Amino acid sequence: MNTSASGTPDPAIDSAFVRRWLSLATSAIEHKSSWLTELDSAIGDADHGTNMQRGFAAASAAVEREPSNTPGEVLTHVGRQLISSVGGAAGPLYGTLLRRAGKALGDQPAVTPEELCVALRSGVDSVAQLGRSERGDKTMLDSLYPAVEAMEFALSSGSGLLAALAAARTAADEGAAATVPILARRGRASYLGERSIGHQDPGATSAALLIAAFAEAAEAV
Amino acid sequence: MTRRRVGVVLVSHSAEVAGSVAEMARCLATGGAAAAVAAAGGAEGGGIGTSAELIKRAVHRVDAGVGVVVIADLGSAVLTVKALLEDKELPDGTRLADAPFLEGAVGAVVTAAAGADVAAVAAAAEEAYGYRKA
Repeated sequence: MNTSASGTPDPAIDSAFVRRWLSLATSAIEHKSSWLTELDSAIGDADHGTNMQRGFAAASAAVEREPSNTPGEVLTHVGRQLISSVGGAAGPLYGTLLRRAGKALGDQPAVTPEELCVALRSGVDSVAQLGRSERGDKTMLDSLYPAVEAMEFALSSGSGLLAALAAARTAADEGAAATVPILARRGRASYLGERSIGHQDPGATSAALLIAAFAEAAEAV
Repeated sequence: MTRRRVGVVLVSHSAEVAGSVAEMARCLATGGAAAAVAAAGGAEGGGIGTSAELIKRAVHRVDAGVGVVVIADLGSAVLTVKALLEDKELPDGTRLADAPFLEGAVGAVVTAAAGADVAAVAAAAEEAYGYRKA
């Protein structure tokens, strides 16, 4: 078992880990819902907070009803719920990310940090593919790609799960903040052209909240 | 026995837009009664948005086993259909047309009502991009 610099052992990445992530993500989204909507009202259609809140509440309820035994199964289940209940573009995008990541984890009862990282990378790639988008378009990819790369780098440099997810959280936050000066090329904000400059992207912001919830799930053992 | 027709589903952020475009396309199709077209518009509880449930229901309603062509308006409507197709949550033979919403709908419904197969119905919708107005 890997141990972080502070001496805290890394937790197992099992279905309980993913459930902790879901519960932390759901309350983070709930707390930041009005902020997400406020960001979305500047360059979008002012529904990102409410949509995400509805989607994660539905996913939490569904996962409680149907206990899934593997981390892959829980992620896949959450993804399916988001697709059916968010009601905006974030639904199919986050839904596809989590379903793809869940499938990549297979049916193992617990996975390694490296396997989690590979699964997240493949989920993020599927978002890029679905949205025909790339980094720099002022989307959720602007925090997701830096997060996955920071995690990959940390793991390949010998860090454990805690440190790797902490690095991912910092990179995601920086990525979200760095969307402010970008001109939007995808989504509703792209219709604004130059006027989309100067606002932080709501999708990159909610993505950073979801990554932070992974870091907290690793800490909260 | 009536010949089985390809179904057409119109997915818009607005229930009124999806319903009106479906109605207009049906009226423009000769033998419009034969066209199987369904609207999936707006969020599930009403209002502007996209509902995966409404999309699934609409596809099942017009699916006669010979394919369904889905035409979507913008953003989340397009992405939700793509995600549902990728997850195999829609019946076999369902496809998303790369088409303008209204013109594509008319092309698809007219072609479907005439008894064409799913490839021809999708092609009719997609050819609508080539229609110049000026």
